[in-house]
Amino acid sequence: MIPLIIRRSYQSVIVMLVVALLAFTMFRYVGDPVAMMVGQDTSLEQREAMRVSLGLKDPVPVQFARFVVNTAKGEFGISYQLGRPVAEILQERLPATLELSLVAALFALFVGIPMGIYTALHPQKWLSNAFLTISLVGISLPTFLIGILLILFFGVLLNWLPTFGRGDVVMLGSWSTGFLTGSGLRSLLMPAFTLGMFQLTLIMRLVRSEMLEVLLTDYIKFARARGLSDKAVNFGHALKNTLVPVITITGLQIGSIIAFATITESVFQWPGVGLMFIQAISLVDIPIMSAYLVLVALFFVIINLIVDILYHVVDPRLRVDGNGAHG
Amino acid sequence: MNIITRVQDSLYRFFDGDVWYSFTQSKTTIIAAIVTVILMLASLLAPFISVHNPFDPTNLNLMDSFTPPVWSEDGRWAFPLGSDDQGRDLYSTILYGSRLSLFIGFASVAFSMTLGVSLGLIAGYLGGSVDAFIMRVADIQISFPGILIALLIDGLARALLPGESHDEVMVYVLILAIGLSQWVNFARTVRGSTMVERNKEYVQAARVIGVSRLFIMVRHIMPNVMGPVLVIATISLAVAILSEASLSFLGVGVPPTQPSLGTLIRIGQDFLFSGEWWIVIFPGITLAALVLAVNLLGDWLRDALNPKLR
Repeated sequence: MIPLIIRRSYQSVIVMLVVALLAFTMFRYVGDPVAMMVGQDTSLEQREAMRVSLGLKDPVPVQFARFVVNTAKGEFGISYQLGRPVAEILQERLPATLELSLVAALFALFVGIPMGIYTALHPQKWLSNAFLTISLVGISLPTFLIGILLILFFGVLLNWLPTFGRGDVVMLGSWSTGFLTGSGLRSLLMPAFTLGMFQLTLIMRLVRSEMLEVLLTDYIKFARARGLSDKAVNFGHALKNTLVPVITITGLQIGSIIAFATITESVFQWPGVGLMFIQAISLVDIPIMSAYLVLVALFFVIINLIVDILYHVVDPRLRVDGNGAHG
Repeated sequence: MNIITRVQDSLYRFFDGDVWYSFTQSKTTIIAAIVTVILMLASLLAPFISVHNPFDPTNLNLMDSFTPPVWSEDGRWAFPLGSDDQGRDLYSTILYGSRLSLFIGFASVAFSMTLGVSLGLIAGYLGGSVDAFIMRVADIQISFPGILIALLIDGLARALLPGESHDEVMVYVLILAIGLSQWVNFARTVRGSTMVERNKEYVQAARVIGVSRLFIMVRHIMPNVMGPVLVIATISLAVAILSEASLSFLGVGVPPTQPSLGTLIRIGQDFLFSGEWWIVIFPGITLAALVLAVNLLGDWLRDALNPKLR
């Protein structure tokens, strides 16, 4: 177990360094950082002085090393457009995205898994067919269209739910949460549903196909032959083995929830990091873009690491060889 | 054998074969195919069946903006599905928009397929450090969602290109961005099957008689690994169309002067609250129908070409 964690962490660090190199190249070579930061009337001497004070005259490897160290400390420079430290903006906006992603992920899991189990256990019932049809539509309807349809229906026609923003938030230290106010919770409903829908259909289809496969295996037949109750066979034996691939895929899906959050946030004007990233792209705000890149990569690397470790915890077959070298 | 009999022969084999048979057996697939063909024909024939060319500003009159669909009270036959904020006929704009969406979709799939198949063949056939390098890159890329990679490439291209040339090259930037975000699936599959084919006798025989490596890869191995590639290409087409729509919706795709389906939905979203629902709904339905149909075709193709299920 320990060697596995060490080896995976080592790989993760390499991935992060590659991403940091990419972010650094972006920051350093796309556009001139000094020209972006100063006004028109700054003299050449002042620009030169700024270049020295920013360390842009140092050898490139030194600059990269400094970039990595600063990034590790959470310093991403100053936004070209807003003129404020990127770290500060991130801190303001991260809670919104994390809360949205968390609710969407929980929704996808707690609705998707039962739906998948149901469709696998009762393939002939009409409800299963309904679930499968919905899932097909869920995969084909783009996220933003689902969001817009919801806005049209629940926001414009019925006027039940707020159509943009987070509602009222409460500050817990430096973390702004929308979980504690009525308007915050009401604002969360549509974005979370929109964001979770696609993952829900994926999880449901995955659970269904895995479960159908497991139900055909010999040990299930044997369990039935032993006269175990349906409940014990389905949930004690079949479901347990279904969950191994589900964990992997779900883990990776949580990563893509954060990516798809950019679209959902843009539909609902949700003040999170995704919306910030989209705005940064259209305004060519490189420090924000590179900070977002590093941040998302960090999320992905951590999630991948956790998934790998969970995989070994859940599946005893992978634990047999002590050093886990062939994991 | 001359060309005509060869074509006849392959046509005969196709219609007599398993794939055609399984096609005729599935109603959903037939409907999906019909929808796809209709949408593709409609977008190809856009100049002939549209009311006017919405990309040509001389055709537009701001007085015509926000005309509702023809069946509502203020509807006019000049605008069967209503018009948008600039007085563009929505029906014509959807035709031209699907054209752009399909063009970007096909072009980016062609690009990612070429790139992915080549890299997969090279990695699988040569092995060693080349293989390790390509697959490492693929591993890293596949752990990030495609749309994010496309967004990033798109953003970088925006930063690198001077402002005034954006509108003209944006279509190609999108093709590049979406194509680069999808090559991994092709490369992984092709590499896997290439490693199997490489050790078969026909390849060894070709190697023994001194056929060049490039020729072996392209003429001997490639035809034998293309089956799964076709399936991935179909599914990638659906993903590519969705990615293009998403990027355009986010405002970093094609310029508003040449709206694709995604751009139209973006424009329409601004007018949702004032009751002009048709600007969002009709392009939305077209996009969803197109993606659903292509997805269904991909699903069917995967099952039809899977020897395990025959």
